[in-house]
Amino acid sequence: MDKIPILRMGNFLLVTIQVDLYDRLALDLEADLVQMVNKTSSRGVLIDISAVSIVDSFMGRIIGNIASMSKILDAETVVVGMQPAVAITLIELGLPLKGVHTALNVERGMNLLKSMIGSDIQDGEETDDDDTFAE
Amino acid sequence: MMMILSLSKDNIQVQKEQDVVLLRNRVREVAVKIKMGLVNQTKLITAASELLRNMLRYGGGGECLIEVVTRGRDNGVRLTFKDQGPGISDIAAAMKDGFSTGKSLGLGLPGAKRLSNEFDIKSKPGEGTVVMILKWANG
Repeated sequence: MDKIPILRMGNFLLVTIQVDLYDRLALDLEADLVQMVNKTSSRGVLIDISAVSIVDSFMGRIIGNIASMSKILDAETVVVGMQPAVAITLIELGLPLKGVHTALNVERGMNLLKSMIGSDIQDGEETDDDDTFAE
Repeated sequence: MMMILSLSKDNIQVQKEQDVVLLRNRVREVAVKIKMGLVNQTKLITAASELLRNMLRYGGGGECLIEVVTRGRDNGVRLTFKDQGPGISDIAAAMKDGFSTGKSLGLGLPGAKRLSNEFDIKSKPGEGTVVMILKWANG
């Protein structure tokens, strides 16, 4: 059974999608991420899609869902590394990814998250850092 | 109007989710072979992905015909998706953005049309649906 690993880094969760997602995998990721945000009291989710060559409306909806659900749990979502061809295609498809923060690359994405979370970044309690998460 | 000739044909059965990734890869191979640019490749594969998803969700699976076609100096990829599902009773409504009988965004058909150079849909209630898209390498 495939699973997309979710890494924890301080107050943030990092996800790097390295394979073309099929529906089940994407839905599992959505559920895992939201549970993980809750479990670790994370304030931000960074999703790297630089290795993803196709984002169709289903995948776009999953990304939007992750952002909305995380938002309700008080975590921001930033999608980074979108390939230019994917961006062109998304707009033509008619899917502008409203409500999802984006940044060019991981570094800028991290900076964006830090600036959004702001000053209360320090008060996250130090818990043991088990990196990957498997239910 | 020049004739569109088919240079190669490949028929693939699509019955489950994992077949979508498989088929995307097949389409990519064909597109690369005719030197389609990355942006057009991405558009073609995304359109294919939308239509495959429709076919699986509403048509209960089906088959996809992948063809390399040529018209004069243009080469392109033509994809024909055929299912024996319930069909679409109101094609005009289904072609509108945001129309969905399922829980999706309703971008599948109109989005796939925008992403391709040529688009054709035929459907009869009770008999299934056939959707054809064509993308020219330089289209």
